[in-house]
Amino acid sequence: MSALLKVSDVHVAYGKVEAVRSVSLEVADNEIVTIIGANGAGKTTLLNAIMGILPLTGSAAFAGADMASLDIEDRVAVGLSLVPEHRELFGTMNVEDNLLLGAFRIPKAIAARSFERVYTLFPRLKERRKQLAGTLSGGEQQMLAMGRALMGAPKLLMLDEPSLGLAPIIVADIFRTIGELRAAGVSVLLVEQNAQAALKIADRAYVMELGEFVLSGPASDIATNARVAASYLGFTHEGESAI
Amino acid sequence: MNTTIMLFLLQDGITNGAIYALLGLALVLVFAVTRVILIPQGEFVTFGALSYAMLATGQVPGTARLAVAMGVVAFGLDLYAARRSLRLKLVVRSALLNIVLPVAILALTYALAGPKTPIAINIALSLLIVAAIGLFLYRIAFQPLAHTSVLVLLIASVGCHLALQGLGLVFFGAEGLRGPALSNAAFTVGPLRFTGQSIAVYGLTIAFIIVLWLFFGFTLMGKALRATAVNRLGARLVGIRTTLSGQIAFLLASVIGAISGILIVPITTLYYDTGFLIGLKGFIAAIIGGLVSYPLTAVAALVVGSVEAFSSFYASNFKEVIVFTLILPVLVLRSLAAPAVEEEKD
Repeated sequence: MSALLKVSDVHVAYGKVEAVRSVSLEVADNEIVTIIGANGAGKTTLLNAIMGILPLTGSAAFAGADMASLDIEDRVAVGLSLVPEHRELFGTMNVEDNLLLGAFRIPKAIAARSFERVYTLFPRLKERRKQLAGTLSGGEQQMLAMGRALMGAPKLLMLDEPSLGLAPIIVADIFRTIGELRAAGVSVLLVEQNAQAALKIADRAYVMELGEFVLSGPASDIATNARVAASYLGFTHEGESAI
Repeated sequence: MNTTIMLFLLQDGITNGAIYALLGLALVLVFAVTRVILIPQGEFVTFGALSYAMLATGQVPGTARLAVAMGVVAFGLDLYAARRSLRLKLVVRSALLNIVLPVAILALTYALAGPKTPIAINIALSLLIVAAIGLFLYRIAFQPLAHTSVLVLLIASVGCHLALQGLGLVFFGAEGLRGPALSNAAFTVGPLRFTGQSIAVYGLTIAFIIVLWLFFGFTLMGKALRATAVNRLGARLVGIRTTLSGQIAFLLASVIGAISGILIVPITTLYYDTGFLIGLKGFIAAIIGGLVSYPLTAVAALVVGSVEAFSSFYASNFKEVIVFTLILPVLVLRSLAAPAVEEEKD
């Protein structure tokens, strides 16, 4: 299977400080991949660089084509979409308009179907469609941010900390939806601090520390890795020492 | 003071206020979308007005040639910006917009200009010329600076104003010009005399406000422009090009400026530098509206117009002083009402 997103030997720097060092990763079609790691490990920086918000050195290719000459807007047009950590909604516009703008780059006929799909995934958004985005609760804003990204019918959805600051019951809801996306033919690259939940739905995982990937493999293997368990899952497997 | 004088002054104030409202709305629009405080808005007024006045005498205004020159520069910038991944499609599109369009406008102007050209064609030509200048001004001066701070954009804006004003002197000379009225009809209601021109001012102002309201409220492109204003990164993440939003904002602003100019040039003599002062009064209205509120800006513009009319009657020497002093209490009140804003980081 060819990789949908292929990032090789990527570095991202803020001035002289390298926040991401020599990172390579792949996401295949219909795959959920997660990057877990502590605060400040460089996960958000990496996603932003893949989206084109930050400049990177190294190569990033999407659907077989190099993205070096593409702006953020062009990357959206080829099917890459990012739900950023701060969601970046249009706060003074209503839910429906936010979603409508999510389909800015695709033909009107397809947008109508996208609306249906998003409202089925998030029935709550349909109830609130005339409400201003800025007045929604945190969980609803996260749903709206994901819904807006899905309106553009992306091939790969990158999610940055979708569970941040949300009540556990909403988090479960969001993760269930992420799982459903695969059935709809959308690949997901998920950055999470909530490692346990992320590893449960992901196919593969990368562990990031201080700007580098220190571990990678099938999510189930990562979840049982002693070091990961100790650092990110909050418990140690008895009888094993942390590596 | 008797009621008749008061009514006269009020009528005068509202006519001028309507013009300031148009300009104020354009300023709010451009600021919201691009964060540029558009000082050269006044030059759009002058260029529109004086191009129209020159066309009415059968001459081709220098602004048409300026549009071609600016287009060539814009084309060069496009090529330079895309030098690493130059595609034929991109070059053709840029050439069509930046070279073919202004050359076509210039050719059209040469072909149609003459002493007997109907007013409607002269108006259309002036609007086309100024719209092209507005579009290229964004490409040349502001698009390369789009990521910088409001202060940098403001300074660039002042630079553009001075440059365009200087060019205005070259094109139109130091003498003032007047243009023909849109209509010579007039009627009286009680003591007030309404000319066709002032009715056109009211009508067009109201029409523009309605068109802008429809555009921003109900069209996808209008919503995309609002989205750019609300959240620039969010807009880019759904694929809205901020450069396209900027171009549309400048296009609207230049057309609004030119229309304002064409509306007032039959009423007052305009000089190459008059636009600045007119634009500044629109700016006061925009500031009262906090550079965000369209309705507040429109109302404030009517107040500015009326204050100007009354002060020119009672203390004509201090007319401008009184009008511009309006801004001080507003700024004080706003600074008290608004929470301390962190300095913009660059």
